Amino acid sequence: MLDFNRNHFELFGLSPAFALSRESLERAYRDIQAEIHPDRFAHAGEAEQRLAMQWTARVNEAYQTLRQPFERARYLLELQGVHAMDARNTAMPADFLVQQMEWRERLEEARTAKDFAALQRMESDTRAQAERLERQLAELLDERQDYVQAAEVLRKYRFMDKLRLEIDQAMEELDTP
Amino acid sequence: MALLQIAEPGLSTAPHEHRLAVGIDLGTTNSLVATVRNGIAVVLNDEHGRPLLPSVVRYHRDGSTVVGYEAQTQASRDPHNTIVSVKRFMGRGLKDLPDATTLPYQFVDAPGMVQIKTVAGVKSPVEVSAEILKVLKARAEAALGGELIGAVITVPAYFDDAQRQATKDAARLAGLNVLRLLNEPTAAAIAYGLDNAAEGIYAVYDLGGGTFDISILRLTKGVFEVMATNGDSALGGDDFDRRIYCWMLEKSGLHAIGDHDKALLMGKAREAKEALTEHPEVRITAVLSGGELIDLALTEQAFNDMTESLVAKTLLPCRKALRDAGLRPDDVKGVVMVGGSTRIPRIQAAVGEFFGQTPLTNLDPDKVVALGAAMQANVLAGNKGQDDWLLLDVVPLSLGIETMGGLTEKIIPRNSTIPLARAQEFTTYKDGQSAMAIHVVQGERELVADCRSLARFELRGIPPMVAGAARIRVTFQVDADGLLSVTAREMSTGVESHVEVKPSYGLTDDEVARMLQDSYAHAQDDMAARNLAEAKVDGRRLAEATRNALAEDGDNLLTAEERAAIESLLQALEMALAGDDLQAVKRATDALNKGTVEFAARRMDASVKRALRGHRLEEIDV
Ligand SMILES: Nc1ncnc2c1ncn2[C@@H]1O[C@H](COP(=O)(O)OP(=O)(O)O)[C@@H](O)[C@H]1O
Ligand SMILES: [Mg+2]
Repeated sequence: MLDFNRNHFELFGLSPAFALSRESLERAYRDIQAEIHPDRFAHAGEAEQRLAMQWTARVNEAYQTLRQPFERARYLLELQGVHAMDARNTAMPADFLVQQMEWRERLEEARTAKDFAALQRMESDTRAQAERLERQLAELLDERQDYVQAAEVLRKYRFMDKLRLEIDQAMEELDTP
Repeated sequence: MALLQIAEPGLSTAPHEHRLAVGIDLGTTNSLVATVRNGIAVVLNDEHGRPLLPSVVRYHRDGSTVVGYEAQTQASRDPHNTIVSVKRFMGRGLKDLPDATTLPYQFVDAPGMVQIKTVAGVKSPVEVSAEILKVLKARAEAALGGELIGAVITVPAYFDDAQRQATKDAARLAGLNVLRLLNEPTAAAIAYGLDNAAEGIYAVYDLGGGTFDISILRLTKGVFEVMATNGDSALGGDDFDRRIYCWMLEKSGLHAIGDHDKALLMGKAREAKEALTEHPEVRITAVLSGGELIDLALTEQAFNDMTESLVAKTLLPCRKALRDAGLRPDDVKGVVMVGGSTRIPRIQAAVGEFFGQTPLTNLDPDKVVALGAAMQANVLAGNKGQDDWLLLDVVPLSLGIETMGGLTEKIIPRNSTIPLARAQEFTTYKDGQSAMAIHVVQGERELVADCRSLARFELRGIPPMVAGAARIRVTFQVDADGLLSVTAREMSTGVESHVEVKPSYGLTDDEVARMLQDSYAHAQDDMAARNLAEAKVDGRRLAEATRNALAEDGDNLLTAEERAAIESLLQALEMALAGDDLQAVKRATDALNKGTVEFAARRMDASVKRALRGHRLEEIDV
């Protein structure tokens, strides 16, 4: 019998890997939703309605996790017993930190100068950087199975994620009169 | 020998009659009801052939009400007792209404939601909305010749939890079974998507009388996935009217004018605005109560100039929604126009410019939402097969709880697909702390004070521990209507305390019962008869669902004994349904509900397996 505790990859019939076809994930998600979404049970009995809601919530959670590179990598590491974001694992290489500080200075300058074009440039630069880290994660997790190294790359990725969020927010602020 | 008949999986073998279900657009300005007849969605008109019902309710001293056009024409005569745009007050406290002092109502600040003092007593916005819904329900039942099994009611995508809960309560009060609360833009997309068999990314731009909504949806093989939604709950056609009104005052050198004249001129402003969509210039004439004559000419150009900033203001949420969805304007394949105000040519031009394409206007912008809601109601009522479309909607605003220092900790980020459940652990900050206050909020801002407060409750009975040792797991669950429930439990000791809250603005069952009593005392109806009728509808629905489930899966998922047990519970329910004993109906329904839990679980597993099997086969084929 199917159980609620199967891992997210199994739920979608996918093999656990960082490199994952977005298309297969989306297709599996849609196929499952088509069968179990509460809208399919709007005229069913109470028990089925409740189960449909619980299952759909479960499937949505799994989908959200697998869809986002950061959450997917963190989840893969957790399946290996590695808690990458544990508060004790905070040490970062110095050169990376220096680079982060430079990014942040650039962000601050663009923000005070209300320089939208500069923010857009930062957005594409940080996206490229994030994509590089994603390629590293794929290699470390899927090919080399080097989870310690992968955890460090993931922590870098988290920094980039936060930075990109702030760039987004700065752009939104400039947009708002 | 007769051949064995094999039913297609998922298809009911028992033919059933067409179930009467409707879609209702409960608008700020206008409301509509629609249904699917012979496979086609149609709006149901009133006895004069008018599709719209102005969302206006007038109360009389004896408690009776007038709703719609008649109430609208009386608004300026009896402004205190004629409630217009009540939707703006749903789930809102007095402090949420910055313009409360300019409105002609006597507001009463009640916890959670304002109330309005009328000649017929103090009324909650929920009760006022219920009056509108009752009229639409009666219209539908007269047109369809039978009792409705349920309704899909639309809400702005940007409605928060308080506003949704209030809408659902209003439906309950009007005696409507809510099949689903559906976001207005999603409803509009259904109406468009199915007509045009569209695939790709679509934007729905909805500018009504008082609100603006923008949603970005992805349509793929019959799945409508909402990617992002945004809006401004205080921006709509009324603001355009106000600009014209101010212009009129300025042009004619008037300053302070009375309520009556104000209502008159606002009406004239609206007429002028609507006429400008057909004519390049309109003339506005009016005689005020003091005898002053107003005679002005308004050109389209002047109108466009004075409303330019309003038009620009709608593009801001568009940009935000696109950014949330990770898209650019040219990724959007079509822009669906909804709401009466999208008839304004300048709006169509600005939207066209922003998205780089001519917006879609081939469906009546007043009706699209109701039509889409009717189509969804038809599906939810079970009038169609399994291969229909599916809606994957999202929460519009982040949900979280208050942490130390008045900060919000987001538990569910905005634009997460519903239904969903998410848990987060918190801990105590004092040694021996035995209770924890949990404050649930909704909004994007960091400070709790800037977010909407949804509910407060306390988790008690935490066993004494040092600070930071307790593990309190708070679980947020959002159902398919977008409604939230929260539970908290202490995990570390195995002692489980457990609290379930219904956010504080939601009406308790007692309150709904009281309001029902009130309305029935007036309508001379019989409460007991109504309770029995409702219980029977529930019971019949369960009996039918169980019969269908047995026909589909009884043989392959149940042993002979298990099946017999369910069948005997089913029989007991059918017997109770034949009688008129309320308690017996409730007991039998309850027993069958409990008796089918395991069967339901197996059916659900089979569904998931079926979905995966289909998926794997497809993968191998490729
Ligand atoms: N021809 C028109 N030109 C401009 N505005 C219009 C026109 N027809 C209706 N409207 C405006 O549309 C608004 C009502 O839109 P509607 O979609 O019914 O609102 P709601 O969703 O708030 O109930 C009003 O402000 C009305 O003046
Ligand atoms: Mg509307």
